[in-house]
Amino acid sequence: MLKVQNLTKIYEGGVLALDNASFEVPKGQFLAVIGLSGSGKSTLLRCINRLIEPTSGKVLWNDLDITAATEEDLRQIRRKIGMVFQHFNLVHRSSVLTNVLAGRLGYVNPAWSIMNRFPKEDIEKAMKQLNRVGIAEKAHQRADELSGGQQQRVGIARALMQDPAMILADEPVASLDPVLAHSIMQYLELINKEDGVTVLCSLHFLDLVHRYAHRVVALNEGKLVFDGLPQEIDDHRFKEIYGKDAERVG
Amino acid sequence: MDKKPSIGKSIRVGLIVVLCLIVYAYGFQVTQVSFKEISSERRQESLTRVLRALAKPNLVEYEQKETVIKAPIYVPCTEEGAVLPEPDKSQPYLVLAPACADPRTEIQIEGYNFTPNSEGSLYFVPPSEVNLNLGSFKADDKGAFSVTAKVPPRPETVVQYVHAVSLQRVGSPTITQTAIDTWDKIVETIFLALLATTLGVIFSIPVSFLAARNIMKEITSPISSLSLSIIGWPVGIGLGVVLARWLSQQSQSIYANIWLTLLAIIILCVIAWYLIRWAMPQEETRKPKLSIRITRIFALGISGIIMILVVMLVAKSTMTAGTNIVSPLGAFGFLGSFLSNMGEIINLIIPIIVGLGVGALVSNFFSKIGKWIYLRFNPSLRLIANIVLSGLAGATIFIILGNIINWFYQINDPIKIFYVPAVVGALCGIALAIWARKEDAIPVGMAIYYITRTLLNATRAIEALIWVIVFVVWVGIGPFAGVLALSLHTVAALAKLYSEQVESISPGPLEAVRATGATRLQMIIYAVIPQIIPPYISFTMYRWDINVRMSTIIGFGGGGGIGFLLIQNINTMQYRAASAQMLAIAIVVALMDYLSSYMREKVV
Ligand SMILES: Nc1ncnc2c1ncn2[C@@H]1O[C@H](COP(=O)(O)OP(=O)(O)O)[C@@H](O)[C@H]1O
Ligand SMILES: [Mg+2]
Repeated sequence: MLKVQNLTKIYEGGVLALDNASFEVPKGQFLAVIGLSGSGKSTLLRCINRLIEPTSGKVLWNDLDITAATEEDLRQIRRKIGMVFQHFNLVHRSSVLTNVLAGRLGYVNPAWSIMNRFPKEDIEKAMKQLNRVGIAEKAHQRADELSGGQQQRVGIARALMQDPAMILADEPVASLDPVLAHSIMQYLELINKEDGVTVLCSLHFLDLVHRYAHRVVALNEGKLVFDGLPQEIDDHRFKEIYGKDAERVG
Repeated sequence: MDKKPSIGKSIRVGLIVVLCLIVYAYGFQVTQVSFKEISSERRQESLTRVLRALAKPNLVEYEQKETVIKAPIYVPCTEEGAVLPEPDKSQPYLVLAPACADPRTEIQIEGYNFTPNSEGSLYFVPPSEVNLNLGSFKADDKGAFSVTAKVPPRPETVVQYVHAVSLQRVGSPTITQTAIDTWDKIVETIFLALLATTLGVIFSIPVSFLAARNIMKEITSPISSLSLSIIGWPVGIGLGVVLARWLSQQSQSIYANIWLTLLAIIILCVIAWYLIRWAMPQEETRKPKLSIRITRIFALGISGIIMILVVMLVAKSTMTAGTNIVSPLGAFGFLGSFLSNMGEIINLIIPIIVGLGVGALVSNFFSKIGKWIYLRFNPSLRLIANIVLSGLAGATIFIILGNIINWFYQINDPIKIFYVPAVVGALCGIALAIWARKEDAIPVGMAIYYITRTLLNATRAIEALIWVIVFVVWVGIGPFAGVLALSLHTVAALAKLYSEQVESISPGPLEAVRATGATRLQMIIYAVIPQIIPPYISFTMYRWDINVRMSTIIGFGGGGGIGFLLIQNINTMQYRAASAQMLAIAIVVALMDYLSSYMREKVV
């Protein structure tokens, strides 16, 4: 169970990116986060694992206060939360395998990993994850030699290496074409269903939300303006979330 | 444009022009621009002489054969007239017209049968057998010449002689000593550049991270932790130096003959390896019990001590082995002296490294205690702890500063160098603790960032050619001083360039690696380093080019290399030798330039 309580983020310079947002995510749920760009989706997801320090409010995860964790505890928490990014955020010049193994950094002994030594089991595990997302044969290629869809699969494999209890996906398909988008979303769905991993996924297209999400929260200028089922988003709600001038497409 | 010209603007333009004129006029004055000097005859002559010498680099020489042809002459003419033997016309011979002359009159000297186009000098040789110069000659393609010369004021009753001395090259050209010396020094120059670049790169890589804003700005620390880590440094360094000294004594007593020592090294390595493997499991899902953790730290400490001992033994045996193989290796003896030098260097830097290492460990441990205080104490207790610790840390810093100042100025008064700094430092620390009591994160990283940047900028502002003067005082004239000076400048310059590359990496991968729960060091290894390798390589090559150039002139300041030879030859006006060295410099710089641009194409 993830509880977000009165979470607020004010950036240096005074931008109020997240305004007193509160919601709960039960274990194993697939939650979509929607909203216009600039509405605070990325800020919200990053405040949960404190890649961004929230200004105030609390994030509780299984009754563990993430917002109050020390640096050491935070590393222990982060390693159980996988993250998938819009721009994949792979290390371009490293091999696919190294990128995937990086998901294990929170577990391995820092002294060994600095010498680029991973336990045998981790390497086998990495190959297994690559197999799972269907690109095992690319393991020794450089990450930037892969296509966008393949890179995102590497990103998912990296998150899976963490044995995550939760995955935060920040617009994972926004830089991919629709066909690829579905294939990536299906992997997330599979992980959610098979492994029981809680997924928080920010999305742009409502059809994806309808197709994959159990529940939706919507942000508008940092405020939580909707929290409910995907099918509850009618035209009225839609205008509330996306603004009066928005047209519904698709 | 329909802008009207305004009077104000015209006046401004006029003023600017006048100002420029004044600036340039003053510039001429202070730089002593003088066309009179340029066109003076004396200057022209010396310029011509130097340029001609420069055009003939002293690289090859011939053995020269001297032939002397004599012709008798009476000065002045005798009463009975000169009776002179007829010259042998099958050999080169001289004809003097007239064959007797009064002092200071002109005579015609004609030569025949000389080697075509040969050159030589003409001398008047009185009975005292000194050579008085009459000028030089150059034979035409038939081997004949005709020169007018003035008879010197040397009247004698006996016969005197005119000598024509012609110099001829014989045999094949041989390489001059200058060329050999130049070759030696140019090799020295290239290796000077190589060592300086290598040392510079090794040191500038870690420094470049300290000078990168995006890495450093996240490093913050509560005041208790910061204070304790400051106190930890001198404590740890002291402990480390004592430890290193004690271990050095132990290694002396362990050291037996070289084979036994090798055996000991291997056994110690194996023990250390197993201790490390046991104490640092590759992966752990759960934090182990406290007792196990303490045993592990203990084991790591033991293996650390063993490793230091091993390094000391290795240093000692390389030193001995190196010295012993110098003579059996013959021409490759330098490998032996390299080994023994390396051993000596390791021996010298071990106490420093152990001191710094233990300092870092103790400081790190203390800062953990500080963090514990920060987390566990209630606010008022924490404030008291902060004030005490920060006061102690301030006193520590100021006492260290006091001792440094004392070293320079030799004040040697315990009140001034110990008590006063301690009190002032403590007060500063206390003030800081009270002022910052609301802050729980002091931006230590940014402080280090600014200090590093300032030091780098200051070091870089001083040219290597100036630094070399400092190092010459320290290690004496020679290439080693040059290596140190160039290395220092390389560190300052490269660390800045490198750090800018670190600052411009794409933040995405860093964020992704951070999200996996990686430590800061892991983030650097996995997300930063792969991104900075290409720019680091190209900046290293760029610096290599600069260092090759610099190493050719670092000798001007006493730093060895070809510049040392060049400046000597220029100062003693040996322009033909200097010319050889300039030629060598030009060739080497061009070659290295070509090489590095070729490599750049291949690598980057
Ligand atoms: N590092 C930052 N500094 C200042 N403002 C930021 C920063 N990151 C995002 N913002 C601002 O915060 C708001 C929310 O941004 P973001 O969370 O990225 O929205 P979304 O992901 O929904 O597009 C935007 O107005 C954006 O300009
Ligand atoms: Mg975003």
